[in-house]
Amino acid sequence: MPRPPLRPWLFFALLLLLLLAFALSLTLGSVEIPLEQVAHILLGGEPDKASWADILFKFRLPKAITAVLVGAALSTAGLQMQTLFRNPLADPFILGVSSGASLGVALVILGIGAGGALTFIAGLGVFGDFTLAIAASLGAGMVLGAVLLLSRRVQNTLTLLVVGLMFGYLASAVVTLLIYFSQPERVLVFSLWTAGSFGGVTWSQMRVFAPAALLGLLLGFVMMKPLNALLLGDDYARSLGLNVRRARFWIIVSASLLAGVSTAFCGPIWFIGVAVPHVARSLLNSADHRALLPASMLMGAAFALIADVIAQSPGSQHTLPLNVVMSLFGVPIILWVILRQKQLRQSFAS
Amino acid sequence: MLTASSLSIGYKTPLASNLDLELRPAELACLIGPNGVGKSTLLRTLAGMEKPLAGAVWLDGGNLHLMPSLELAKRLAVVLTGRVDAGNLSAWALVSLGRHPYTDWLGRLTVRDEAAIERAMRLTDTLVFAERPIHELSDGERQRVMIARALAQILPDSPLPPGEGLGGRAKAQLPISNYQPSNVPTFQRSNVLLLDEPTAFLDLPRRVDMLQLLKRLARETGCAILLSTHDLDLALRIADRLWLLASSGNLTTGIPEELALNGAVARLFQSEGVDFDHASGAFKVHQTVCGPISLHGDKDGVTAAWTWRALERIGYEVHDNGIRRPVHVDVMDPGRWRLTTPHGQSEHATLESLLAALQQ
Repeated sequence: MPRPPLRPWLFFALLLLLLLAFALSLTLGSVEIPLEQVAHILLGGEPDKASWADILFKFRLPKAITAVLVGAALSTAGLQMQTLFRNPLADPFILGVSSGASLGVALVILGIGAGGALTFIAGLGVFGDFTLAIAASLGAGMVLGAVLLLSRRVQNTLTLLVVGLMFGYLASAVVTLLIYFSQPERVLVFSLWTAGSFGGVTWSQMRVFAPAALLGLLLGFVMMKPLNALLLGDDYARSLGLNVRRARFWIIVSASLLAGVSTAFCGPIWFIGVAVPHVARSLLNSADHRALLPASMLMGAAFALIADVIAQSPGSQHTLPLNVVMSLFGVPIILWVILRQKQLRQSFAS
Repeated sequence: MLTASSLSIGYKTPLASNLDLELRPAELACLIGPNGVGKSTLLRTLAGMEKPLAGAVWLDGGNLHLMPSLELAKRLAVVLTGRVDAGNLSAWALVSLGRHPYTDWLGRLTVRDEAAIERAMRLTDTLVFAERPIHELSDGERQRVMIARALAQILPDSPLPPGEGLGGRAKAQLPISNYQPSNVPTFQRSNVLLLDEPTAFLDLPRRVDMLQLLKRLARETGCAILLSTHDLDLALRIADRLWLLASSGNLTTGIPEELALNGAVARLFQSEGVDFDHASGAFKVHQTVCGPISLHGDKDGVTAAWTWRALERIGYEVHDNGIRRPVHVDVMDPGRWRLTTPHGQSEHATLESLLAALQQ
């Protein structure tokens, strides 16, 4: 029987890459902690330098876990949106989730009445470090709610796409307006948020972030089979017995949950969601989501970890904005992978 | 059996009303009608993809539009019009999508699923390019893969193939079958395949192949097959039954020869300004401008027939009832024609020179 080759070695290689990247992100940074010390500390041993344990547990470990989750989340959401909309340019934010989150955050950072940035930042402490995450979640949730309501009623998937884009423009317009009337200090705070970072998630935030991201990923696995049915378009999917509206609803819930929590805790991270699914398709030479989805998760997680290691510019005190690193280093790599494949066009139905 | 009673189809306003129809097992029916008359809408309504405006569609006695969608999917499959582009999918993977109604929540294929895929591909002669990506296939090959996909979706399980060819992993899965028996016994269940213009992108030989393939499938699998097409010629020759849908919304069904004889085919196209010739079973495409001409000669029917067509093409009204007209052509042998006109006689070795002489 001519089954398509499954290439288990590829998954093994990806898993290895992920473990390697995870180890790297724990070792490298402004201070280098030797790998055997990392293992020693994680196993509960006493470090050579007392500060290492702190660095590891307070900063690097939550950051690495965040990177893994966000990388997997955005790759999954990107893959889902690309298949749902049959569009290679679709990304996790295409339905306006990140615009909604930006709006929420902008309202908090820029919109809170008079008073200097200092009192604002002091105010953050009162709210706890959840303020931005809550604001972003509310913004993302509002847009998501509107889109989901529509998805129940709209027959044509493409209509949803346009509606999502319009919501995005609307949110961006309000954000721009807020920036226009704000003090420069606050604009700076806001622009730092838009640069994206895995470093802001504390352990207490992790208790919300990780379960939400895992739930989204789990839902992604459940929606793998419907995604395959949707490969030939809505009509064929319906004729295969799929309830297209319901499948679309849950796919959007999963993708938006993933994109929403990522944005809420790490800011908008643009690159992974578009690029990683293409690389997965290219490497696996397949359109089967049962292979593409896990491969995208592994790849996205590894890519996020590596991008973060580079952003920390090991050995120096500087940190680069995450989105900048992803684009500067990611674009050439991904262009190379994709241009090797002749038939990007054919990867999608027109 | 798929039937419909007093069916009205359309979107908001009916395109056709009061349709009574019946699609029988093991038969190939061709739906023919002018563009825009609602062929696709009728197919989509019969497939359960559109709701009827009135009336109902029945599949084995159950209302098709009220059937659970997975139950319907196991009995009725479609091949829609237009090219399918699904990227990196291999032909095999595309056919395997047809097993969607039978697989578990992860979409895992069991031995039964793989056997069904293989059977569908063997029936459509697509096994040879099972591993090729579908964007590399020709239109005809791709269309056959789409038919294989539809067959994999609806064909009842055949007995499992003997042990050879099944891997150890597959054997281990044998007892786990996700096939859920329907409450209609298998032998009573109809399997219906609906195709919307499956020949649209194909050249003539491919179109003939396609229709012959579908007819063979109807015979071998017992599927009821309905397809819409613009190829009246082919449909008249190959279909077991014609469904003529007129712009008035009237549907006439019957066996092709009957409908040609009783003038139903001619009436369908007359309203469109095209004449259909009962005798030859083909469209009249030429207007007579040159007056009558008589043709004689039956050494072999073929030469006379093609001479007839040549004369008609340049605008003559051709007669062969034995009465000599002032302008007359004799077919002497294949490759020798004698032209008699009031101005004299001439002999010609090719049709081209015969026509040249006539046109002077």
